[in-house]
Amino acid sequence: MLDRRRFLALSSTALGVGALAACGSGGDSGSGGDGGTDVEVFTWWASGSEKAGLDALVKVFGEQHSDFTFVNGAVAGGAGSAAKDMLQSRLQASDPPDTFQAHAGAELQDYIDAAQIEDVSGLYDEYKLTDAFPKDLVDRLTVEGKIYSIPSNIHRSNVVWANAKVLEKAGIDTKKAPGSVDDFLADLEKAKGAGVTALSVGTTWCQVNLLEAILMSELGSEKYNGLFDGKTAWDDAAVTSSLEAFQKMMGYTNSDRDSLDWPDATQQLIDGKAAYNVMGDWAEAAFQQAKLKDGEDYTYFPLPGKEKIFGFLADSFTLPVGAPNADGAKAWLDTLSSKDGQLAFNLAKGSIPARTDVDESQFGTYSQTALKSFAEDAISPSIAHGAAVPVAWLNDLSDATSQFTTGASDLAAYQKALVAAADKYAS
Amino acid sequence: MRSRVRRYGPPLLLISPSLVLVGVFVYVLIARNLWTSMTDNHTAAQANGRKDVSFVFLENYVALFKSPQFQHSLWNLVLFTAVFLVGAMIVGFVWAWLLERPLPGGRVFQTVYLFPMAISFVASGVVWRWLLNSNQGDSATGLNRLFQMVGLDVLENPWWNQVTFGIAAIAIPAIWQLSGYVMALFLAGFRGVPDDLREAARMDGASSLQMYRHVIFPQLTPVLMSAIVIIAHMSLKSFDLIMSISKPANYQTKVPAVDMYVFKSSFDYANAAAVGTVLLAFIAILIVPYLIQQHRERTR
Amino acid sequence: MNTTTSAPPSAAPLGESSPLASRGRGAPGTRPTPVGRTLRYLVILLGVLFVLIPVYVLVITSFKTGGDASPARAWALPHTWTFENWQRAWTALAPALGRSLSLVIPSTIISSVLGCLNGFVLSRWRFPGADIVFTLILFGMFLPYQAVMIPLLQLVLATEIPNGIPSLILLHVVFGIPITTLIFRNYFETIPHELIEAATVDGAGMLRTFSSVALPIAIPGFVVVGIWQFTSAWNDFLFAVFFSTPRNGPVTLALNNLANGALLTDYGVSMAGALLASLPTLVVYVLLSRYFIAGLMSGSVKG
Repeated sequence: MLDRRRFLALSSTALGVGALAACGSGGDSGSGGDGGTDVEVFTWWASGSEKAGLDALVKVFGEQHSDFTFVNGAVAGGAGSAAKDMLQSRLQASDPPDTFQAHAGAELQDYIDAAQIEDVSGLYDEYKLTDAFPKDLVDRLTVEGKIYSIPSNIHRSNVVWANAKVLEKAGIDTKKAPGSVDDFLADLEKAKGAGVTALSVGTTWCQVNLLEAILMSELGSEKYNGLFDGKTAWDDAAVTSSLEAFQKMMGYTNSDRDSLDWPDATQQLIDGKAAYNVMGDWAEAAFQQAKLKDGEDYTYFPLPGKEKIFGFLADSFTLPVGAPNADGAKAWLDTLSSKDGQLAFNLAKGSIPARTDVDESQFGTYSQTALKSFAEDAISPSIAHGAAVPVAWLNDLSDATSQFTTGASDLAAYQKALVAAADKYAS
Repeated sequence: MRSRVRRYGPPLLLISPSLVLVGVFVYVLIARNLWTSMTDNHTAAQANGRKDVSFVFLENYVALFKSPQFQHSLWNLVLFTAVFLVGAMIVGFVWAWLLERPLPGGRVFQTVYLFPMAISFVASGVVWRWLLNSNQGDSATGLNRLFQMVGLDVLENPWWNQVTFGIAAIAIPAIWQLSGYVMALFLAGFRGVPDDLREAARMDGASSLQMYRHVIFPQLTPVLMSAIVIIAHMSLKSFDLIMSISKPANYQTKVPAVDMYVFKSSFDYANAAAVGTVLLAFIAILIVPYLIQQHRERTR
Repeated sequence: MNTTTSAPPSAAPLGESSPLASRGRGAPGTRPTPVGRTLRYLVILLGVLFVLIPVYVLVITSFKTGGDASPARAWALPHTWTFENWQRAWTALAPALGRSLSLVIPSTIISSVLGCLNGFVLSRWRFPGADIVFTLILFGMFLPYQAVMIPLLQLVLATEIPNGIPSLILLHVVFGIPITTLIFRNYFETIPHELIEAATVDGAGMLRTFSSVALPIAIPGFVVVGIWQFTSAWNDFLFAVFFSTPRNGPVTLALNNLANGALLTDYGVSMAGALLASLPTLVVYVLLSRYFIAGLMSGSVKG
């Protein structure tokens, strides 16, 4: 084996590959970059409010750590799936960025298992973060007593957005949110009567996002949270009724959903072609960008259910094993976990800070509701965004969902597939 | 002995780098892949060698073939290949037939027909994604919109956004890209028909239709075989076109190559390798008899 | 030993019927009738329409501003022609275009030279088992890369060749060997024996024969192989996705990122990008398609 490897290396050098490796791509051959000032930050924030947030954070980084230079390693693509593939090939090629974005929670598990990210508990002490973040959140980030990433922001996933003008036309009260999933279904029926798409939705992951919101509403937080540690069975009657509600809701959606990503689905709402849309609260930025007025042009409410739940996901940043510029990465982590960093970043991105001691008065009307809910309501992890389940489980779940929503399987088969996925991965 | 070395040494030496490379990168890796597909290497820790893997023989294959999702991928692959193959053969053959005899502007047409081959599937996927947009009625764009404009509203359809036959729509861009190549192969075949055969047929008073039927078409059989093999194996490998028109998570357009990509993305190396081996088996069924037959021809 | 030097290619091996090796020129045409000719042109133009519709869409959309993108105007010419999409696509893709060039040129040259050597040996300087060897190499041409991808990832990691362009050069060279070998072997089959024989009678060794006799007459083969390898390496996406990132990978990857990554699917920029990413291969085709087709047809460049 070793001989063959050496032979290969030699023969590829003989072929001139080795010589070419020296030129090629501008010195980013992953051997540590040039000098120790560049900090490559890998994210999937390439456009819109996400990029605005990143830019704001970079500005603060420049002020706090002027000795380092930020290098943008952003990779675009739906919900970060393209980015995660890229990242994985780089980590395996021992060519890690200095720090990368990952959803806090179960999504980190693969990186931890593969020993690709460092324990950053020490930084929590150094930067005094343990008390700055809510205990719930720190518990969620802790795996076997160690913490592997630092959260930059919190998003809420179970929000219903509505075009107020369309609702008025359809005779739906815009001031009062429906009280249950069934009430919401009734409103969807009214909206459909007004000749628009009642509920706009995007591709598979958006559909999973819708499903998780329904599950939270129908099961309540404790039972919902039990879905991921084996305490709640996926063939539970409440799951069945959730799937039935999901099926009904999908009946109100646009037929081109599978070719759209979330911005396209949200755009349908902005354009008045759709009445409702269930999406994480990054959608707020799209409404702001389109200059719609809160309460007048659009409204929002959490999907109603048994109790008030905050569907939670967080972006966080890691320290990869073998980061070329670990000091730079730590500086980045310092900035994003600082009060100034969290404030600048979240104001621009439309999310809420993970820190509880940031001045909240500057946040907009929507964000105030999210802040209040995060402080008071039960918190449940998002499935679609890596908080609740690891990637492999999510893949199976998405596959089953896509199969169901394209009409290739019925509800019983769908539930069976969900049970099978849980049996495979639930610990 | 010495003379044999002198005689065969130099050619073997010249060809040895290629032999080693192909030997390792094709045959050794196929064996290694087969082994991986028979292990329980499903997690990140195993993929990075931090946890042990154990041998499970055919377990992964059994599970794959049992799963309705993978069965759907296989169905998609069969349908895609059938439409792509038949379409490219017919279009390519007709074009070659039309351009076979000298014609003013013939060379220009040849170039036009051939040029889509130069474009990457990723780039053509960008435009075909738009053309094959599934919206109908007021919000229709792409081909559906074109149908409305020319009054063929009946032809409007959801294209790839349909679970059973949607994949056939993705074969349209594939046909668009490779018909020109099939045409070039057939043109070469037409040119390969010896003039004296045609002359003899003409002397016998054959009409041009008879000439085609009895003299020229039979001569094209080997070209047809080659074209079928080339297109079919391309179709079985199809990945980038589907990735750029649809999305990997869309059930409608899943094929094994996409499954493999998804498995790999969740560190499930065993299943990724198993899917790869399944594809290899399909292609081997198609190619090996062909290669053996070719080999016999050469050594006869 | 040698098959098809005089017999018609009744069961010609792959390359014999493809590309390079059919002999004979176009058949003398039968006298066409006016109706027949009109019909022929009509069908030809239908084909042209099928080929050019996507091109039309690519071009007009790439010059449209955002507001022009409404479904109602999907097929209409732009209200105002703008270069903005092209500028944005250029900004996004320029570095990747450079990387693609630095990938495609060396891998085309190296794999063509290797293929030429192999083709020469396998057709003109044979050794026992040469045919089996050729068949085994040929199988590599049809290999679905998915079937070796996982161990390939591990192997390339082990060789410590940097991820990105260097890895991709290696892969395109290695997996280009089968097709280049095939084309050159079939090409050399068509070269009259006497040429080579004469050189060997002079007592020239194999390398001398190769460099002074075979290489010069192999130019047309190089054109065909060059075009083929250039386009296939330029257009590759599968290896790119597994062995590089948008940061260090070729233009196909960057384009895919551009087309899937905009906040709203921005067709204007995507299509300008698609055109931009296709320009090099299109230029090669338009400039050299005469040689390519001629090479496919006769194995010699008569133009």
